[in-house]
Formats: sequence, C-alpha cells, structure tokens
Amino acid sequence: MRALPVGEDALLVEVDSGEEAHALHAELLRRRAEGSLTVREIVPAARTVLLDGLADPVRWARELATAALPPAPPLARDVIDLPVRYDGPDLADVAAHWGVSAREVARIHAATDFRVAFCGFAPGFGYLTGLPSRYDVPRRATPRTAVPAGSVALAGPYTGVYPRASPGGWQLIGTTDAVLWDHARVPAALLTPGTRVRFVPVDAEGAA
Amino acid sequence: MTDRALFVVRAGALTTVQDRGRPGHAHLGVPRSGALDAPAAALVNRLVGNAPEVAVLETTLDGCALRPRCDVTVAVGGAPCAVTVDGRPAAWGAPVRVPAGAVLDVGAAVSGLRGYVAVTGGIAVEPVLGSRSTDLLSGLGPAPLADGAVLPLGSAGHVPAAHARVDVAPQPAPPAELVLRVTLGPRDDWFTPRALRTFTSRAYRVSPAGNRIGLRTEGPALERARPGELPSEGMVLGAVQVPPDGRPVVFLADHPTTGGYPVIAVVRPSDLPAAAQAVPGTPLRFVAVRRH
Repeated sequence: MRALPVGEDALLVEVDSGEEAHALHAELLRRRAEGSLTVREIVPAARTVLLDGLADPVRWARELATAALPPAPPLARDVIDLPVRYDGPDLADVAAHWGVSAREVARIHAATDFRVAFCGFAPGFGYLTGLPSRYDVPRRATPRTAVPAGSVALAGPYTGVYPRASPGGWQLIGTTDAVLWDHARVPAALLTPGTRVRFVPVDAEGAA
Repeated sequence: MTDRALFVVRAGALTTVQDRGRPGHAHLGVPRSGALDAPAAALVNRLVGNAPEVAVLETTLDGCALRPRCDVTVAVGGAPCAVTVDGRPAAWGAPVRVPAGAVLDVGAAVSGLRGYVAVTGGIAVEPVLGSRSTDLLSGLGPAPLADGAVLPLGSAGHVPAAHARVDVAPQPAPPAELVLRVTLGPRDDWFTPRALRTFTSRAYRVSPAGNRIGLRTEGPALERARPGELPSEGMVLGAVQVPPDGRPVVFLADHPTTGGYPVIAVVRPSDLPAAAQAVPGTPLRFVAVRRH
C-alpha cells in the first residue's frame, strides 16, 4: 500500500488490484463512520482510493504506508437487479470479440455477479467489475456523439450503464429502463461503490 | 405582493448560477462545481448582506443584463466592468439599489474573465444535492441563463451578524501574469526529468479553449517517462493533468471526479481564483513549492 501526497490536503492510496482497492475503500468508510478519519471525500477507483480534504494528511500518509492491507469485506447481501434487453447495436461486435454468439454474450453477461468498483464519467455512472479478463473489449475506435440513457455498455474490463444521454465510446450491448440517477432520491445514484449488481434479461415487452 | 424574481434581458456569453458547489459526492461521480472565483462570490454576497453560501450569478467576459420585478440591492464584483442602472452609471464593487422594473446592465469585463452578481436574498432556483450551482460537465443544477428566463429570488433578511454588510471592499486585480504555485505529484514519476524542468521553468500561456472544467495551456509539451494508460483514479480541484498532447490542464470546479491521465502536480487552492480570472493569452508560469 502506497500513500502518495496530492496537493496540500489529499492522499492517493495505491494498491495492486481492484480487490484490494475494494477492501481498502470499505475499511476507510468504516474508519470514517467510527469517527477516526475526518475527510471530505473518499473516492475509490481502479487501483486507488483518494482521500480528499483530509484533516491530517501527514499523519495518515505515515499510518497508511505502514498499515497492513485490510481483509476483504464480507459480500454485501443486497443485490440490485437491473432488467435488461440485450439489443445493443454493438452486440454482434462484442460477440465477435468474445468468439461466441450474440445470444451467448447475453447469457454470460446475465450470469455474472457484478460489483460497482467505482463511479465517474457522469453522476451515477458506475464501473462494474465481474466479467473474467478474457471478456475485456476495446472501446469503439470512434466514440458515438449520442448514447441513449439506459444503454448497457462494455469497455475494457468494465460494464457500465449510461445514466443519461451523452457522448460515449463504450460498446453498447443492451438497454435498461432502470433509473440510474434521480437527484430527488437518496442516494441519487442507484449504483454506489461496493453495490452488487445482476442483469436480468427481459423480453422486448418488458416482462421478465 | 411583490414578485421576487429577476427577468434576464441579456444572458451574456455564459452566465451561470453558482454557490459553493456540492462537495462530498465525488464518489458518485458528482463534480464539486461552485463559483470559480470563490472569494469574489463571497464578497459580492457580503456587499448585499447575504450569507457567503448564497447563490450568485457568474458571468463570462461580456456580463449580462437583468430586470428585477421587485426593488433589490445588488453588487457586482470579480472581473472589473462598467455597471449601469437604466443607462445611468452605477458603482462596481459596492451595493447598488435597483428599483423594480429597472435594467441592471453588467458590462463587458475590462480586465479578467468572470464577473459575479449578488442580489439580496440570492438566486433561489431549486437546489440539487444541496447546491444551486450549474455544473457544466455533468449538467446538474440549472441550465446556463438564456435571454427571457426568469430567476426566482430568495427572501431578504435573516443576515447573521457575522456576515454584516460592508459598503465597499478591495478586490484583487486580475493577473497580468498568472503564477500558479504547485506541489509535484502524485504522478510526477510518469514524466521525464527534462519534462519536470520544462513544466516548472518555461513560459506557458492561457489557452482560449479553457472552460469551467479546466484551464488549458499553450506551451511546451511535457514528455512522458513511461507509455501506457493509468487506470482511472480520483482527481482533486487544482490537479494539473497532462493529456496525450503534453499540454497541462488545470482542473477547475466542474472537473471530472476520476480520470486516467497522469497528474503531474496540484495547484495551491489559494491560486485558483486568479486562474479563474486569467484571460486567454495571459502568460503563465508553474512554480514548484514544498508542501506546508
């Protein structure tokens, strides 16, 4: 575990894997909840957790540099089921990358237990991990100028769902009607870091 | 009954509602947002007797024109500019009384980039995650002002003693040369020693391509010591990110919460208000300083 200073009052804590970042994030949330860590933002990412607005960055840099990596947190019991129609325009391309049929892409994807590794890109956009690395896909060579809200998409090791229409370069494999972001809801994001997610196929009429 | 609202006569190039933003939601992908020149926004609030967190208008380069539907006190600050009420000159950087139906014109910036307009009671659009700020990256908060729009105003009064009204206050002039003090890292090791010397010794210029998300620069490209992509990681306000073209970008209030280009250094927060006022073409230097 390495704690890199960022500006005057932030630390970027770096670990070796997404699993370790998940464990570290859970441990830092626990310490904030118990009151021993005073910080404005705890931002998990692929291999790091950012602590921004730290009350005592020098002390925490020392402490985290020598601390043992926390054990993996128990699996969250709650799972969010996202209804999905596997009807994306890039389904055939993804099938070609995986070397399987489009129907098989849907079956593999829907059988995967995902977790929100971190958020970014847009409010409520989660980077979901869970697919084995042999299913990594490149981004599209030319990003689309408009990806519809609810698009279920793949890029690199991640699955994501576009919370609102935006430009984007991910491979679109399906569509969900779930509301990913509603700022009148608490929390506004349906998918928050650490949340378990499953995609549940529905037919075109929306019935499960 | 008075109609506490502002009619937008002329929206200007880019006028947004801003307060102190929505920190605390970065883990959900929500940018911090908020006034870029935060001290100027706090000061105009103080001039009209508002608390510092009340929402104001942030103009860009060419000001705006507003017609209140009730008597209000306003104050214009940030980038210096001409102020008129129904065509008659009025004070900049001081409280100004605008009667109902009169037109307040906030002129083009004489120097600097971003003007701030506080109105007694504040701009009372619906808050999103505790803030009324327009976030141009993610689209949270109200849309930028448009000609003919109507903005609700909060009720005046309830001014805490600690934020008591002042009549006039000095404001820093926008910089002729922008000097940004930086602490190196967290990814300075992604750059060659020569690139680090270039970054902290050569002259840059503020690019016209900047916006509320980042201040872009023109100048020598910074060479990487290692190829490849950095996995996405959390980004802070003032982070100096170096995209593949090698020209540093200073992250401002609407910056993305995570990013994959290496951050060579971080600008001291106290230097960011000046960065927000630097017009395109302003000479820029990055000066490395030690952490406190």
